[in-house]
Amino acid sequence: MKALRLPRSPKVILGLIILGFFGILTVVGPWLAPYSPSATNFIPNLLPSAQHWLGTTSLGQDIFSQLLVGARATMVVAIVAGLIATCLSMTVGIAAGYLGGMSDEGLSLVSNVYLAIPGLPLLIVIDSYLPVGSRSNAFVIGLIISLTGWAWGARVLRAQTMSLRNRDFVEVARIIGERPYRIMFSEIAPNLLPVLASSLLFTILYSIGAYVTLAYIGLTSTSVWNWGTMLYWAQANNAPLSNEWYWFVPPGICIALVGTGLALVNFGIDEFINPRLRAAGLTSRQRRALGLPRRIRLGLTPVIRPPRNPRMTVSPARLVSK
Amino acid sequence: MPGNPIQTLIGRITHQVTPAEIRAIRLSFGLGFKQGLFAQYITYITQLFHGNLGVSITLGAPVSSILRETVPWTVGLIGVSTVLSFAIGTIAGALLGWTRGSRMDSLIPTATFFQAIPYFFLGTIMLLVFGSNLHWFPVLGAYSQSVTPGLNWAFISNVIRYGELPVLSIILSSIAGWMLGMRNMMITMIGEDFVLMAVAKGLPRRRVIMHAARNAVLPSIANLSLAIGLVVSGALLVELVFNYPGVGNLLLQAVLNEDYPLIQGIFLVITLTVLAANLIADIAYLALDPRTRTEAAV
Repeated sequence: MKALRLPRSPKVILGLIILGFFGILTVVGPWLAPYSPSATNFIPNLLPSAQHWLGTTSLGQDIFSQLLVGARATMVVAIVAGLIATCLSMTVGIAAGYLGGMSDEGLSLVSNVYLAIPGLPLLIVIDSYLPVGSRSNAFVIGLIISLTGWAWGARVLRAQTMSLRNRDFVEVARIIGERPYRIMFSEIAPNLLPVLASSLLFTILYSIGAYVTLAYIGLTSTSVWNWGTMLYWAQANNAPLSNEWYWFVPPGICIALVGTGLALVNFGIDEFINPRLRAAGLTSRQRRALGLPRRIRLGLTPVIRPPRNPRMTVSPARLVSK
Repeated sequence: MPGNPIQTLIGRITHQVTPAEIRAIRLSFGLGFKQGLFAQYITYITQLFHGNLGVSITLGAPVSSILRETVPWTVGLIGVSTVLSFAIGTIAGALLGWTRGSRMDSLIPTATFFQAIPYFFLGTIMLLVFGSNLHWFPVLGAYSQSVTPGLNWAFISNVIRYGELPVLSIILSSIAGWMLGMRNMMITMIGEDFVLMAVAKGLPRRRVIMHAARNAVLPSIANLSLAIGLVVSGALLVELVFNYPGVGNLLLQAVLNEDYPLIQGIFLVITLTVLAANLIADIAYLALDPRTRTEAAV
């Protein structure tokens, strides 16, 4: 089954390239860094140069090294939080959707409460409860971020599970006498893979934002280098007001690029789940190559079928007649 | 929670503090009384219904009066920008869905890029570029020092002027979600028979778009009531960046100073506001979707 054939739209490719780049940076970033990010033995406030690609801070630290080292801490926390939150939302969402009845009511209530509570203020308060030592622990920070970020995914997964619950294959598994948790995790969960993936990407996106924000406010350990602490120090030393753009702009751009990459790949998953979006997302040249009309205004957006299918070419007449 | 707010407070007193003084301070914040946990909770709830939220430990004023000064700023700022962002995003999304596949589609990745930028960063950059460097907008605070607060036009127009940049930055950073959701629903909706029927009847194009959009907007409205919590979190940062005298700034101060009564009060207000906003969104849903009305009637 050629199930995971992501559409080759330029958006998705761009997203994958961005994510790949930062993925590699996460692994090798700290090794590539030319200097120690905390070393203060350079001349302060240097402009970008060949020795210091992004200049130095007002404490005489190399900004480029901080950026490279910071990539790992930022991404690791985001991925940890994303994974924990997705596991939570998968368990809660599928269980609520499949079991129904009282369990559904209870689980939905919990996730709705978590949705209604604004995450960031809660996160700030939980974080201030943490002992100072664990504020530098990626796992602990990831855990508390995931606590505020799982509910949305659970809701989406619950809705999707409910639409699968009465399908034949689930029915059959039930008749065979499979246990509920087996039906939930090996029958239903694989069919929710695209939704799960999209939920994972969104939670990672949320976690990056939450982590960086906490670090920026100064509520995580300021001795761990991540893009948020870079912004924290830049702000604390008035870099924005003294026009030291090379200090505070690069981390922000990096965060925005990772986020855009995640969102672009998510477009691809959306298009995979909903074939109508796939046709709508094509450029006009690609559409002509597939024999679709250049401008689709009315009626069904054509559904693109896999190649070698004789009905791949959809004539405009078919579109209108349906 | 580590630490003790009274300790923090005493730490700020410069002269030697006697045990009697500590006891007096504790009593003045209502802390010296010996009560069980449950009895304390009952006292708290009873006081709550009398409008008494306790006394802020760092600011020394009743929490309720502090909140009365700060909440209107936050509700005004976040309310206006959420409504504007939702409205603009939804209308743009409907049009993008209608003209899908045109060059306008590139708006979506652009808007997504702005959403991916952490809010405080976007806010700082906008403050810097449009406020400090270009002087298009006034910076920092909610109104200029030269006007006296009151219900007069000079003050109100000043508040609006100071609010422009924060509102603009919130819209920029939150519009993508509404736009994308609406566009995708619109594309799905255009395939429905009733839209084809509307075209076949020869309705003007604007009517057809309205027809499809009204149905496509329902999931967005349902999401709105759930997204308000997210919106509030994001918008709290606005106040930090723009030094706005609202609840976000207050909460951060309260957390840093371990001011429990204030934290509690702020959380209560935030949660109540989110619930109220949920109610409004639900009513809007009811107004837009006749089916829910029939179900409720039966």
